[in-house]
Amino acid sequence: MNEMPSIEQANAMSDSKISANKVQVYYGDTHAIKDVDIEIQPRSVTSFIGPSGCGKSTFLRTINRMNDTIDICRVEGSIKIDGEDIYDPKVDPVQLRAKVGMVFQKPNPFPKSIYDNIAYGPRIHGLARNKAELDDIVSSSLQKAGLWEEVKNRLDEPGTGMSGGQQQRLCIARAIAVSPEVILMDEPCSALDPIATAKVEELIDELRENFTIVIVTHSMQQAARVSQRTAFFHLGILVEEGPTEDIFTNPKDKRTQDYITGRFG
Amino acid sequence: MPLFWLILIVLVIAAVGYVLGRARAMSSAGGELAALHSLPSYYGANVAMKVVVPAFLLLIVWLLAQPFYVNSVISDMIPETAIEEGSSRGLVLAEVRRAARGLDNAVATGAMDEEFARNARADFADISTRLRDAGQIVTSEISQPILRAAQRYRILNSTGNLIMSVAVILVALFAAFWALRETNAEFRARNVVEQGIKAILIAAASIAILTTIGIVLSLVFNTWEFFRLYPASDFFFGLTWSPSFSGRGSSSQLGIIPLLWGTFYISIVALLVAVPIGLFAAVYLSEYAGPKVRAVAKPLLEVLAGIPTIVYGLFALLTVGPLLLSVFGDEGLGIMQAGTAVMTAGLVMGIMLIPFVSSLSDDIINAVPQAMRDGSYGLGATKSETVRQVILPAALPGIVGAILLAASRAIGETMIVVLGAGAAARLSLNPFEAMTTVTAKIVSQLTGDADFASPVALVAFALGMTLFVITLGLNIVALYIVRKYREQYD
Amino acid sequence: MTDATLPPETAQPAAKTPMQPKSLYAIDDLTRKRNAAEKRFQAYGITAIGIGLFFLVVLAYAIISQGIPAFSRTVVEVEFTLTQAQYEEAEGTLFKTRAYEEIFIGALTGQLQDSGIETPVEPEAIERIVGKPGGTIREFFRENEDRLGEPVQFDLAASSRVDGYMSGRITRESMTDSRFLMKSDLDLVDNLVEAQVIKTVFNWPFITGADAGVDNAAAAGIGASVVGSFFMMLVVLFLSLPIGVAASIYLEEFAPQNRFTDLIEVNISNLAAVPSIVFGILGLAVFIQFMHLPQSAPLVGGLVLTLMTLPTIIISTRASLKAVPPSIRDAALGVGASKMQATFHHVLPLAMPGILTGTIIGLAQALGETAPLLLIGMVGFVARGYPEGFIEGFTEPNSAMPAQIYTWAARSDLAFTEKAWGGIVVLLIFLLSMNILAIILRRRFERRW
Repeated sequence: MNEMPSIEQANAMSDSKISANKVQVYYGDTHAIKDVDIEIQPRSVTSFIGPSGCGKSTFLRTINRMNDTIDICRVEGSIKIDGEDIYDPKVDPVQLRAKVGMVFQKPNPFPKSIYDNIAYGPRIHGLARNKAELDDIVSSSLQKAGLWEEVKNRLDEPGTGMSGGQQQRLCIARAIAVSPEVILMDEPCSALDPIATAKVEELIDELRENFTIVIVTHSMQQAARVSQRTAFFHLGILVEEGPTEDIFTNPKDKRTQDYITGRFG
Repeated sequence: MPLFWLILIVLVIAAVGYVLGRARAMSSAGGELAALHSLPSYYGANVAMKVVVPAFLLLIVWLLAQPFYVNSVISDMIPETAIEEGSSRGLVLAEVRRAARGLDNAVATGAMDEEFARNARADFADISTRLRDAGQIVTSEISQPILRAAQRYRILNSTGNLIMSVAVILVALFAAFWALRETNAEFRARNVVEQGIKAILIAAASIAILTTIGIVLSLVFNTWEFFRLYPASDFFFGLTWSPSFSGRGSSSQLGIIPLLWGTFYISIVALLVAVPIGLFAAVYLSEYAGPKVRAVAKPLLEVLAGIPTIVYGLFALLTVGPLLLSVFGDEGLGIMQAGTAVMTAGLVMGIMLIPFVSSLSDDIINAVPQAMRDGSYGLGATKSETVRQVILPAALPGIVGAILLAASRAIGETMIVVLGAGAAARLSLNPFEAMTTVTAKIVSQLTGDADFASPVALVAFALGMTLFVITLGLNIVALYIVRKYREQYD
Repeated sequence: MTDATLPPETAQPAAKTPMQPKSLYAIDDLTRKRNAAEKRFQAYGITAIGIGLFFLVVLAYAIISQGIPAFSRTVVEVEFTLTQAQYEEAEGTLFKTRAYEEIFIGALTGQLQDSGIETPVEPEAIERIVGKPGGTIREFFRENEDRLGEPVQFDLAASSRVDGYMSGRITRESMTDSRFLMKSDLDLVDNLVEAQVIKTVFNWPFITGADAGVDNAAAAGIGASVVGSFFMMLVVLFLSLPIGVAASIYLEEFAPQNRFTDLIEVNISNLAAVPSIVFGILGLAVFIQFMHLPQSAPLVGGLVLTLMTLPTIIISTRASLKAVPPSIRDAALGVGASKMQATFHHVLPLAMPGILTGTIIGLAQALGETAPLLLIGMVGFVARGYPEGFIEGFTEPNSAMPAQIYTWAARSDLAFTEKAWGGIVVLLIFLLSMNILAIILRRRFERRW
């Protein structure tokens, strides 16, 4: 899974999907993210790794402005998607989040039917003109998430009644249904068993064809399995970023090396 | 206050027992603390506990039982002939008790001597006049049987009290003696005392059950009594409420339907005010308001819940009623006759319930996990879309439970309707007309001058029973729903 | 969701086409509409809170504006000297009080003239303004003969109509001539006010007095029922606190998981929601009919309110006990304390501030409760005086503040309405102090684990 297409590597820097420049995040008086610069490539998977509390999740949440919902949180610097600064006052976070979807650590299906879970996003964003179109979106999203065969006969059952792995794939399908360009995943497998994890990882690998994916993970093995590029965060600082293979086999920074060899974290 | 002295004597015995028990334990261990099983104070407490508990239990049982015994003896003394037309044995017994109390007071103030009070005959000494002269209230002329009964009543009570005092003190002394005898170094005093304390704790916790039993029994017995005098079917299905306090209630029509209608109508108006306002306030406070706004607005709203209902009642009667009357009354729209009306009471009750709905809903909305909100925001939903389409549906069972609890409150509310809704029992659709409720009628039937044994007073218990059953049903359903809801997210 | 069997093949295309790359800077129509809906929704919330707070303000305004007049009363203040000769002469006449009244009117006219006001003073008008002053004055001098020959100041209560005129309850326009007050009397009243004979003073009798007859609103006071409430609260405090704490300790620390415990729990949560009037019925049937406890007694009122308050106190006490971390219990058990010792020596003291706060709030709730008291006969007109002693305070018939307010409110006389509002101010002052005490306790002892 982790073979690295060399063409992608070649034009990595030229047209990145997301580019962050001197990003600072403060929680009240705490300086949680310091001076992060990163370029994220389109149609690839980028992993953020690092010890707990290193700021990787916080940084991930700045990319679709989820931190806006926390009162004491403040973001400085610039994050551009397709060259547009998402913290520009002209940008409506609602529209941004339609473009940058998110999947969370714990599967969080709404207490509604499977169908309504998927249809929720398209409905609020007005993506379907009629019932038939909505049905199409629901089924295609479920297919892309590899869940269709398992649930096609029980679309009106509550989403909360499924197994953990199914719930997480439902959440991925729900994110896909809005047709985002970027999908952020915050430790999507941390609450799942190994078999469910394998399925989700497989799914992530397939989704790479159509979406730019950023995944925060606690597991270095997972980062190595699913991502093309990896960024290592430590104490709110982006220590090192590069092709996954290089990070794991030949880290440039001492801290990265210590982390991947298990000295801390 | 002989009872007071009796209690004091028992407590003194207990205190002495404590000191002796402690000393005896110390001496039996030869002054060696380590030789004792428990701390010395436990030996003392053991004795004190064994004195107080049986003595007080006996006292309470005796105090409850003695009136029954005395009453049955006295009741047998009164011949059927002494019961006048239109009176009842209960009323005559009350007269006997009054006469006895009058004699007691007359003796206490020195207007009579004990000898005279015991032996006077109504036909020789004019006892009624003498009692009246001594400043005692006597409702009618005391006849010879009543006086005889009253004298017997006094004697029975005073002997009863004497025997009780002796018995209680003996029990206390015997218990102290027994507890002291078992006191020695090996005695596991702490375990015994702790068992005793635990029994007291259980007894305290059981008071909740006793209260419920008390409520049910007092309602059931009197309701049963009422249904013997008045047909239950007329009560439950009667469409007219017009009690007649004269003629022993035979001409009264006591149908509950108009009262239930008034109750539900007012409650519905109240909920129509409280639910939207309370719910929106809860949503705003939990989802939108910053910590500062929340810290100010939430307690201020809750002040509304801390205001006694009598204040709301007065507010309805004197402020809201006249205000509504000036708009809807004869000078305005002409659909309101008086300030007291369904609308007045309902509106004010609604205000009272706002904080009740809002704080319950606030709790319930806060119990919806943050992950739900994140999931919705992550998909690009606005706050209001998240609230309406994710949070409220998720919180719906809890909110329904909260509304049911509020409804139960509204149905059981008394002072607002007593003062604000009017007194006329009516089956009408006009919310600006005066109507009355179950609770208001319970108050008026039991605070009137009616004899407790008559249907017009007893009906209050049947009304109370109905009220209790309805609110209990609502509460059980509501608490069940809310608990199930909370378990879902725990 | 009806298309659950939709074949996957046909489901593929339509919505699959990726969205047109759209600038984030351009807000589309739908988003604009959605944001407008968002604003509206937020406005509903603010409106709801606004309405709630508006009601609070209206309520507070109604109470204060209508309650304040009850705290002032109108007195007719006249000072004069009665000589021994005048006294004997007056006592010698046939209509003695009439003679004193003439002396009083003479003194009053004199004070008017001193202020430079010339106006005829008719005895009938004076009787309408101050009632019958002669009797009061005669009574005073018969009891204090030594005060003869020296100046004595009389503060006589003005009639309730005049009081109403002074407090604005009655206006010249609204009143009609009656045997209680004529329009022409108001001129005299105005003159007397100017001469500082009629004055408005703080109404101490309202604070300290007892209820008065239906025709004597001016004399009615709330003092006796405050005492009634006080004795009731003593009963509630000394019963509900120990019982509530004992029950909570059992349920929180010792109760096994069994049906008996469940039964207690269910009972407590249901009792907390039983209408208060049902507790009144319980009190009437059990304490008065069955146990023959004295009717209208604060003792019975206190017992009923105790049963009513217990669930509240148990619920808050259990919350305080639960807030004490288990580590404290473990620590005590670890050094060899018994479970009982751990609870009483360590857990209970730590939970005490929370328990006291909950108890005070429960007491405040009980203090404002009216309906059950009416059923056990603690209605306002019972409060005709202070109890004679401490024990009588529990057993003699009395009323309580809210019941007294209800009795006043139910009387049709507007003068009593004013008393009712005044009573509410007094009641709310008590409640406010109790709640502030609770808040201070909570702030002072709040502990974060």
